[in-house]
Amino acid sequence: MSNHDKIYSTRLQDKLERSTVLLFVVAALAVAVAGIVEIVPLFYIDSTMTHLSPNVKDSQKKAGDTAPIVWNRKLGQTLDDWKPGDGVRPYKPLELAGREVYIREGCYLCHSQMIRPFRDEKDRYGHYSVSSESMYDHPFQWGSKRTGPDLARVGGKYSDEWHRRHLRYPREVVPESVMPNFFWLENTKVDAGNVADTMKVMRKMPFYPSPYTDADIASAKGAVEGKTELDAVIAYLQGLGNHIKFTEGVNYRD
Amino acid sequence: MEATQAIPVKYDMDVVRWFTIMAVIYLVVGTLLGVYIASELAWPFLNFDIPYITFGRLRPLHTNAVIFAFGGCTLMATGYYMVQRTGATKLWSNGLAWFTFWGWNLIIVLAVITLPLGMTQGKEYAELEWPIDLLIAVVWLAFGFNHIMTVAIRKSSHIYVSNWFTMSMIIMITYLHVVNSLAIPVSLTKSYSIYSGVQDAMIQWWWGHNAVGFYLTAGFLGIMYYFVPKQANRPVFSYRLSVLHFWALTFGYVWLGAHHLQYTALPDWTGSLGAAISLAMIIPSWGGAMNGMMTLSGAWDRLRTDYILRFLVVSLAFYAMSTFEGPVMSIKTVNALSHYTDWTIGHVHSGALGWVAMVSMGAIYHMVKKLWHTEMYSDSLVNVHFWLATIGAVIYVVAMWVSGIMQGLMWRDYDEYGALTYTFVESVSAMHPYYAMRAIGGVIYNLGAWIMLYNVVMTVRQASAARGTNAVPAKA
Repeated sequence: MSNHDKIYSTRLQDKLERSTVLLFVVAALAVAVAGIVEIVPLFYIDSTMTHLSPNVKDSQKKAGDTAPIVWNRKLGQTLDDWKPGDGVRPYKPLELAGREVYIREGCYLCHSQMIRPFRDEKDRYGHYSVSSESMYDHPFQWGSKRTGPDLARVGGKYSDEWHRRHLRYPREVVPESVMPNFFWLENTKVDAGNVADTMKVMRKMPFYPSPYTDADIASAKGAVEGKTELDAVIAYLQGLGNHIKFTEGVNYRD
Repeated sequence: MEATQAIPVKYDMDVVRWFTIMAVIYLVVGTLLGVYIASELAWPFLNFDIPYITFGRLRPLHTNAVIFAFGGCTLMATGYYMVQRTGATKLWSNGLAWFTFWGWNLIIVLAVITLPLGMTQGKEYAELEWPIDLLIAVVWLAFGFNHIMTVAIRKSSHIYVSNWFTMSMIIMITYLHVVNSLAIPVSLTKSYSIYSGVQDAMIQWWWGHNAVGFYLTAGFLGIMYYFVPKQANRPVFSYRLSVLHFWALTFGYVWLGAHHLQYTALPDWTGSLGAAISLAMIIPSWGGAMNGMMTLSGAWDRLRTDYILRFLVVSLAFYAMSTFEGPVMSIKTVNALSHYTDWTIGHVHSGALGWVAMVSMGAIYHMVKKLWHTEMYSDSLVNVHFWLATIGAVIYVVAMWVSGIMQGLMWRDYDEYGALTYTFVESVSAMHPYYAMRAIGGVIYNLGAWIMLYNVVMTVRQASAARGTNAVPAKA
């Protein structure tokens, strides 16, 4: 028996090592399993989403909480009829433009938008984040690093004027900050056509499309008229985190 | 084996030479970009109010340069090299290999143009916009097809272990890239992911962790299993361990992505599953590291004189260290502290600077000598590079450990009245010395890369000059 015929491991392993096709097929199957187990159910299991979770509904019922998780928009209502606490809604045109700038400038590389259920994060940033809050976020902006603070609930915490000064020259407001200056965002106007196109794309999404009406999209032009990219970012930041009215005692994590 | 020695086999090595040279160039560029953005965090005036070089735009360029430019060229150089040598055959298609060379470098050029312009999909390590994503898919499949077809036409009876790892990388990266990059375009330069929120987060970290697990681990383990035995001139310590290592990693690594999302809005079951498998992965990872290390048994004395072997051994030490650190960080209680901090950045860099880059450097030095049929221009410069790389990596990682753990502790600290002790910005200013230290570690590491580039260029020139004078007799 020559060395080539000797089996050093198992017959199966030996067979795989001799056959390109078999090795390819078995490896292709082996690496596929985890993705199927961990990802696919997230699209189907109700408890993944706060607004679909039976346990969250039970918990809300027990606490006598009737606040909606997702905005239940009535016929004829515009995006501007929404009030904080009415539930998660799609982004307004100017916010969506601001979000594009937020992604473009890589803000997510230093700022998270995902508050964890810890005492210190509650005291520092507010109520922990829940899944439905980012359901219209294509792509998600949870981030992975806090070189700067979390922004999931920054909306309404500071005035527009504070944001303007801080975004322009961060160290004028916070001397120890290491954030770049973004005064130059004032030099570019928001492109209304692009915002409308983005809204149309968000409406087409196969998963969690933004329920924009034709009227919403038509309103984009007026909404962003004359606004700069800096205005847009401020609008985006001011709309973060105040969509759901959280009630003490309700368990929003399944 | 006798047969292959008797018949001289000619390999397609020109494309390997060019990938090797480009890998060294991208190592210099990628680490230089890293040094620059690290410095921006220590001294923010370095953003110079120029949009194209702000941290937020350069950071994706840094990660793309080191992962896809340096890592990619190294993987393709070594992939084409190993598959030919282990199979005793030429490439299935030399022309297709050249297509991957020009295609991959075109992608890198496009990244250099588009990322500073702010064209991004906004998903970490998958920032490139959709037309470039399509190009990546085409070039990657060309590389994969060429590699696998070369495996298929091999002259050896069995497929060598390195090629198993490369093959599983090719398959997994194809899955990941295709699934994670699905997006709807708004224009030629802007698109949005079809996934959102929690599902997008899970898909992104399935991609993110397996870019690490397959691109930066399986691919480079393939390199380890070929170049460590070659350089040590000894067989792999245990064949059975390599079988275990391969299948456990191929099946198990894919589950780990969820551990990036502990305590987030991702359902607990997914994060816990990711963490549980992460812990189990210590066993095959350490098995593999031991397998590489023990390959040197009986040849340890060579570490005194063989500087290339030093790179390979230290890379395995870093591999063992970071594959222990990773599972520890995936444990929920540890993750509660480490997540969002510089500890993660330190962990990534102990893997990237210590394991991936060091094993690549060892492999590249080994290949340069073989590819140009020569000795290195300067062995002592290889040694200098080794020490600069090791010291630079250690300084970097230690700085990030300290700053990361400090951040985690400061953020959760309460004073005697039950109020948060530190404001966020106090943690930012406390990081300054460590960010400076990290930049210094990066400078040292980058200096080593420059020395490598110089040494490789001089070696190639020396070899070309020698070939010029001997041209006639050599051909005769």
